[in-house]
Amino acid sequence: MGMECAAAAALAAKLAMVDVIAAYPITPQTHIAETLSEYVANGELDAEYINAESEHSAISACIGAAATGARVFTATCGQGLALMHELLPIAAGWRLPIVMVNTNRSLSPNLNIWGDQSDSMASRDCGWIQFFAENAQELFDLVIMAFRIAEDERVQLPVMVNAKGFYCTHVIEPLIILDQEEVEKFLPPKKIQKYALNPNNPTTWGCVAFPDVQTEIRKQWDDALRNSIKVIREVFKEYGSLFGRNYDIIETYRMEDAEVGLLLMGYACGTCRVAVDTLREEGEKVGMIKLRVFRPFPFDDLAAASKNLKAIGVFDEAISVGGVGGPLFGEVRSALYSLERRPKVLGFIQGIGGRDIKVDDFIRAYYEIKSVLSGEKRIENDFMFLQVRE
Amino acid sequence: MNEFKRTPKPRVSELPIAAIIPEPGNSKYYFTGDWRSVRPVINKDKCTGCSLCWVYCPDTAIIKVEGGKYDVDLNYCKGCGICAEECPVKAITMVEEGED
Repeated sequence: MGMECAAAAALAAKLAMVDVIAAYPITPQTHIAETLSEYVANGELDAEYINAESEHSAISACIGAAATGARVFTATCGQGLALMHELLPIAAGWRLPIVMVNTNRSLSPNLNIWGDQSDSMASRDCGWIQFFAENAQELFDLVIMAFRIAEDERVQLPVMVNAKGFYCTHVIEPLIILDQEEVEKFLPPKKIQKYALNPNNPTTWGCVAFPDVQTEIRKQWDDALRNSIKVIREVFKEYGSLFGRNYDIIETYRMEDAEVGLLLMGYACGTCRVAVDTLREEGEKVGMIKLRVFRPFPFDDLAAASKNLKAIGVFDEAISVGGVGGPLFGEVRSALYSLERRPKVLGFIQGIGGRDIKVDDFIRAYYEIKSVLSGEKRIENDFMFLQVRE
Repeated sequence: MNEFKRTPKPRVSELPIAAIIPEPGNSKYYFTGDWRSVRPVINKDKCTGCSLCWVYCPDTAIIKVEGGKYDVDLNYCKGCGICAEECPVKAITMVEEGED
C-alpha cells in the first residue's frame, strides 16, 4: 500500500501497542504525533497520549512513564531535540527503553525547517542507540525492531530512529505493513523491568554520585551501549527470517571489487546508488557503504567493509563547526586510523538545511577523491563543502 | 566507636543497573566521614552531658555513651565544628586529621 513516511512511523508505534506517547508538535515531525493522537482519540490505540507543553516536558513525561515500566514512544526533531537535550542522557543513563523517531531537521540558526543531520549529531554523545532510516519501509521496520532491541534485558537503552525531514516524513511511498498478530509474535508485551518505580518496592534513581563512583556508572553505561551491537544484529536477523526484509548494521552496494567507497547514512543512499551505477557504467570501481547503525558505532563492520579500499568518501549532512569537519567523517576516520592498511578518508558536507542531494554531487565527490588519490589535488583538512557558493 | 570506616567502592559489575539504589534507607552504608579535614575531640572530664552537641549536630554523628556523656561517630562526622562552637563548657576541640 502507499503511505506517508510519517504515518508509517506512527503505524509502527501503534502496532507496537505503546502504553504512553508524549510529544510536542514540530515540523516535519508533526504528522507522527498527529496520527498517533488520532489513533488514541478514535479508540484504535489504548494508550495514554500526553500533550506536553514543550519537548523538555515531553521527554520528561516519557522518562517518568518508562521508569514505571511502560512502553513509551515520542517523536521530535531539530530545536525540539535540542530542547530535550538535558534529559536525553538521563533517559539513556537510567537505561529506559524509550523509542523516539527524530525526523532530522537542521538546527537553527538560521530558521530552517528542512532536513539535515545537525540535530541528531548534536545528541550523539547522549548514550542512545541511533539508527538512520532511508525510506518509509525501513523507518516502519526499524521502529518495530527498536522496541524489541530497547527492551532486551541485555540492552535496556533508548533508541532514536532518524529519518530525514520531509524526504522521509511527508513523501508517500509503497509500504509493506505487518498485521497485529505478526508484530506481537516478534514483539511480545513489554516486561516490567526489575527496578521499575513501584510504591511497594521503592528504589532511588539518579541520586548523587560522588567522584568515587561516577566513573564506574559511566563505564557500565558505555559497556551496555557498546555490547548492544550483538543484540541489534540478532534482532535484525530474526526480523529478516520472519518477514523477509533483511537488515544489517552496514549495507554495501557494488563494493565487491571497489577501490573507492562512498559512505553515508539515511535518505540520500538511494541517490548514491544511482551515482554508483552511473560511475560503474563509466568503468569506475566504486561502491556505496550505508551505515544503518550510528550508535553503537560499528567498528568491526566498518573495518570489514573498508578492507582493500584505496579511499572512502564520507558524506555528512552536518558540520562540527570549527572541528574535524562532518561528525560522521571524523568518527569514520578515527575508527579506521589504527588499521594496518587504512584507506584515505575524505569528508564531504552536503544536503545542509534540506538542500537537494543530486546524483551529480556524488559523482563530483568521487572525482575529487580520485584526484586526491592521484596526487593532483589536496583537500585542506581532508574535508570540503560540496554544494557551496564561494 | 572511633574505629574509622571507608565507604566500599563498587566495581562496574557490582553496581545495579543504572546505579539504581534498590534498598531504601541505605545512606548509613555511605561513610561520609572519609572526606572530613578536622574532627571534634570531646574532653570527657569537662563534658557535663548537657546534650547540646547532640541537639546541634546537623548529621547524627554525636552519640550518647555510658555515664551520660557524649562521643563522636567519626564514620559520619564531616568536621563542621558546630558541636565545638555550641558546647557551653568548651569541652570539644577541633583537631586536624592526621594529628593526635
